[in-house]
Amino acid sequence: MKKYAYYPGCSLESLAKGYHLSAMAVTKEFGLELNEIKDWNCCGSTAYFPVDELLAYTLVSRNLALAEKMGASDFVAPCSACYKNAYFTNSYLQSDTDLADHINYALEEDQLHVDGSLKVRHLIELFIEDVKLEEVEKKATHPLKGLRVAPYYGCQLVRPRKAKEDVENPRYFENLLSAIGAEPIEYANKTRCCGGSLIITNRKAALSMVQILLQDAVIHGADVIATTCPMCDVNLEVYQEQVNREFGTHYSVPVMYFTQLMGLALGIDPGRLGVGKSELASLQAKAVAQPAESQ
Amino acid sequence: MTERIGVYVCHCGTNIAGVVDVAAVSKWAGEALAGRGVVIARDYKFMCSSLGQELIQKDIKEQKLTRVVVAACSPHLHERTFRNACKGAGLNPYLCELVSIREQDSWVHTDKVAATAKAKAIISGGVERVIHHEALEPLRVPIHPATMVVGGGIAGIQAALEIADAGFPVYLVEREPSIGGHMAQFDKTFPTLDCSACILTPKMVDVGNHPNITLMTYSEVQKVDGYVGNFAVTVKKKARYIKEADCTGCGICWEKCPWKFVDEVFEAGMAKRKAVYTPFPQAVPKYPVIDDQTCVYFSKGTCKACQKFCPTNAIDFEQKDELLTVQVGNIVLATGFDLFDVNRIPQYGYKRLANVYTNLEFERLCNAAGPTGGNIVLRDGKTVPKAVGIVHCVGSRDQNYNPYCSSVCCMQSLKFAHLVHERTGADVYNFYIDIRTPSKGYEEFYQRLLEEGTHFVRGKVAEITDTARTPEEEGKLVIQVEDTLIGKQRRIPVDMVVLSAGLQARHDAKDVAKMFGIACSAENWYTERHPKLDPVATMTEGIYIAGCAQGPKDIPASVAQGAAAAARILGKIQQKEIALEPVRASINEEQCSGCRICNSLCPFSAILFHEDKMVSEVNPALCQGCGTCVAACPAGAISGTGFSNEQILSQIEGLLLLNIPVKEAVA
Amino acid sequence: MTDTPETKPFEPVIIGFTCNWCSYRAADMAGTARMKYAPNVRLIRLMCSGRLDPTFVFKAFAGGADAVLISGCHPGDCHYATQNYKAMRRFYLMKRVLAQLGIESGRLKLLWASAAEGAIFAKEINSFVEQVRALGPLHWNTNSPEILDKTVKEEVIA
Repeated sequence: MKKYAYYPGCSLESLAKGYHLSAMAVTKEFGLELNEIKDWNCCGSTAYFPVDELLAYTLVSRNLALAEKMGASDFVAPCSACYKNAYFTNSYLQSDTDLADHINYALEEDQLHVDGSLKVRHLIELFIEDVKLEEVEKKATHPLKGLRVAPYYGCQLVRPRKAKEDVENPRYFENLLSAIGAEPIEYANKTRCCGGSLIITNRKAALSMVQILLQDAVIHGADVIATTCPMCDVNLEVYQEQVNREFGTHYSVPVMYFTQLMGLALGIDPGRLGVGKSELASLQAKAVAQPAESQ
Repeated sequence: MTERIGVYVCHCGTNIAGVVDVAAVSKWAGEALAGRGVVIARDYKFMCSSLGQELIQKDIKEQKLTRVVVAACSPHLHERTFRNACKGAGLNPYLCELVSIREQDSWVHTDKVAATAKAKAIISGGVERVIHHEALEPLRVPIHPATMVVGGGIAGIQAALEIADAGFPVYLVEREPSIGGHMAQFDKTFPTLDCSACILTPKMVDVGNHPNITLMTYSEVQKVDGYVGNFAVTVKKKARYIKEADCTGCGICWEKCPWKFVDEVFEAGMAKRKAVYTPFPQAVPKYPVIDDQTCVYFSKGTCKACQKFCPTNAIDFEQKDELLTVQVGNIVLATGFDLFDVNRIPQYGYKRLANVYTNLEFERLCNAAGPTGGNIVLRDGKTVPKAVGIVHCVGSRDQNYNPYCSSVCCMQSLKFAHLVHERTGADVYNFYIDIRTPSKGYEEFYQRLLEEGTHFVRGKVAEITDTARTPEEEGKLVIQVEDTLIGKQRRIPVDMVVLSAGLQARHDAKDVAKMFGIACSAENWYTERHPKLDPVATMTEGIYIAGCAQGPKDIPASVAQGAAAAARILGKIQQKEIALEPVRASINEEQCSGCRICNSLCPFSAILFHEDKMVSEVNPALCQGCGTCVAACPAGAISGTGFSNEQILSQIEGLLLLNIPVKEAVA
Repeated sequence: MTDTPETKPFEPVIIGFTCNWCSYRAADMAGTARMKYAPNVRLIRLMCSGRLDPTFVFKAFAGGADAVLISGCHPGDCHYATQNYKAMRRFYLMKRVLAQLGIESGRLKLLWASAAEGAIFAKEINSFVEQVRALGPLHWNTNSPEILDKTVKEEVIA
């Protein structure tokens, strides 16, 4: 049983509850133990950093410190914004001793200390690196045959670049979708920004960004769009109506978290994955998830 | 203290005098160092001027000086000047020492008191050192009249022809089956739009026919031994499997060969060739080669169609690679460039999107002897594009890839634009950062392109995609770019995109440089002796560089460099011998214990061991004077002329002012 | 003498060995570009860092230098192919020997600088001078009382 310090983030408590539920259910199947960090706080998302950088880093560092206190080696975040914040704060703590001193000075008030010794991971990495894809394939007893899925990486999962990985055309999400029997589609804008919190500050700009993504996915035949981040999911799913009104389009694409699709492929009850009846219905209308036996 | 030393402190205008109190320094040298042998100390505005030099010469004669110390600029600038001045007055030039109080002192320190004190210490060090200098004579070695030119592109061809025309033998070594280099691949050359092959092939033919040029194609240098004037170069002639003496170049062999492969080298992947082939019809030499990597006989033992049909029985499958060693006096490296690999910029869609081309591919497309007979059509071989985008600076001027400018791509991109206008009437868009058209006729060429109605967009292309957002973009390649002059993002639909990929050093440039004993820059261009004043010589005597191997440049500049290298070499050959700096090591036979520690330390294999006498000896012609053996000898049996132990230890004493007794100085 | 040695900041005297091809040219380049650095280093030009005989280093310390700087071409770029590796070997050996003689390792520095790295050369000298200043004067005992009285000698040339 591999153990991880699990940082759900604010969205997974509310709007993205389905992500949390499916994450817990699916990781359990693979023997990955996600231990939720006690008393975690909001990471500040994209909003806080432009306001006060030092305080924003400290906010994130508190979560890292709590995870270190737990004795964990890995810090896992399912939301790309939380992941990005934690990853870079963690690496700056290692390289910038001045910043680390300032932050620890504040954390001392809470009897906490952060070393920057954790490995920060996005939830999807666990299925790519810690669980071999052959394992995933084996456990996918209900492969999503015939389901054409658009793998939407989103921008904060891949950028800023961390090492020498491919940020223009990563393939790991496609590989994961193939492993659960689905058919990942090829489309160019898979790492393009969805607009993020621009949807609140400049709705028109964000809507056009969403429209570009929806169009690209639909033109290339997507039955469903798979996401790795609650913000991306909300923008693509919740605002489809507004996009249609704004641009005169007629998109009606289901948008789901990748863990929900994985859960369906693993044969887990949709209710436990936070997949609603209507969502399931629209999925089944596009392509039916057949259990392997009935083929 | 039998030496009579003259100290000369230069003002260098205000460069030195503005920070260092030169008058005080010169006075101090005359007084404090008088006990060390300084008989005269002067300061003067510009020591390097003829008047300054005359001062020294006058003193040498009148004061009977035996040593001279000049405190001025860097020895890398004027050591030779002052040495010559001393020589002119009858003093051995190696008894003169130039110490820097400018680059090392007045130019880098602001504290005038500290700078003046440091100048005194530096002069003191110089005085102590020069006492131990010896009168030396430069070593003279003969120059072998033959020259080797490595690389048969336009620069190498020019160098070879100039030397051969002057009556001296040249070995021209080329890795590919034919000479011609990249220039042979082009269609037209800017700005005159001369046909590239038409101006190149007469030179190639001259090389092929020249009685003084030994052409070694399909060959590579394996090893270089020796030193300037006396190089022994080992060349591997790869087996062509063709007997050159019998081959008439009739071409039946490649006609009959049934196996076709994509030609990634000359045709840039745009066309196929046979297993037995010449890279292009005007190849020099005309003999084909059999590529043993693709020929079916070598993998399966079958076919041999070429041999069956050859009318002169010139095919020999048993032919082996040959190793030849030639003696030459000088070498020119003109190994050319590689193209930037555009796969490194996946946003531009090369390979993923069919109708994205590199510049070399486009040259082949335009070439009348190329895969489409010179017609500009899409990959399907027939559709004529209605709109073409040409992207400048691909991989160049980019911190993510190559930071430098590749020099030729703007002109090349303009040339492409012109050819597209001429042959298709399509709309042409050029995407640039700056338009760089520096040489003769280049700016006028740009004006011509403006008049032809080319659309110029100033902005770096962000991506090239086939994902349409509007009906106009359906089925097109969309170029997403910020048009910085209007401050707007634009999406421009085209049918074909040409990427002007930048120039890079050859992938094996660093290894080649090591083999020849020269240095490379950080981007692996060969390093010239001086970037402004000596662009074709290198730090290694006898090795010259020319063409794009030294850095990106256009054809006229490559030709000029090839000719320049040839001129330098001809000058050396005319003089019949060269004087080498006498800075080298020598072993005192009596003190040598034969431990041989020094033997393995020498990177130039300049130390021989005499088994009979059990002592080592330094070959003065091979020795480059690095001094490592001098430092390593446990018996202290090796001395280094020009940088001996006594000289350096004395200089340390002088720098630390140990040479001046305190009482005398204070009093 | 109006200032006592205690009130003036200690100015270390450092002997620097440079190689003719890279590091000496780096120093020249720093000069040509008018980059400013501390005046405490007095340079000696060798053809190659491989020429550096450990005797030179000991002589410098014995002669009153507070620190020694050795600089040459970057590994792989030596004008004489591989001789800077020999310098590197000697440097590590010297550090150990000097430590046994009671000389702090902070007093011997090895710096690789190519001919284009004038800025790096200047910066490294500045930081080395500060490092040595913090270590204080060496005052390595040799026989001559005159050599001990280095401050007097420095007054002479100032």
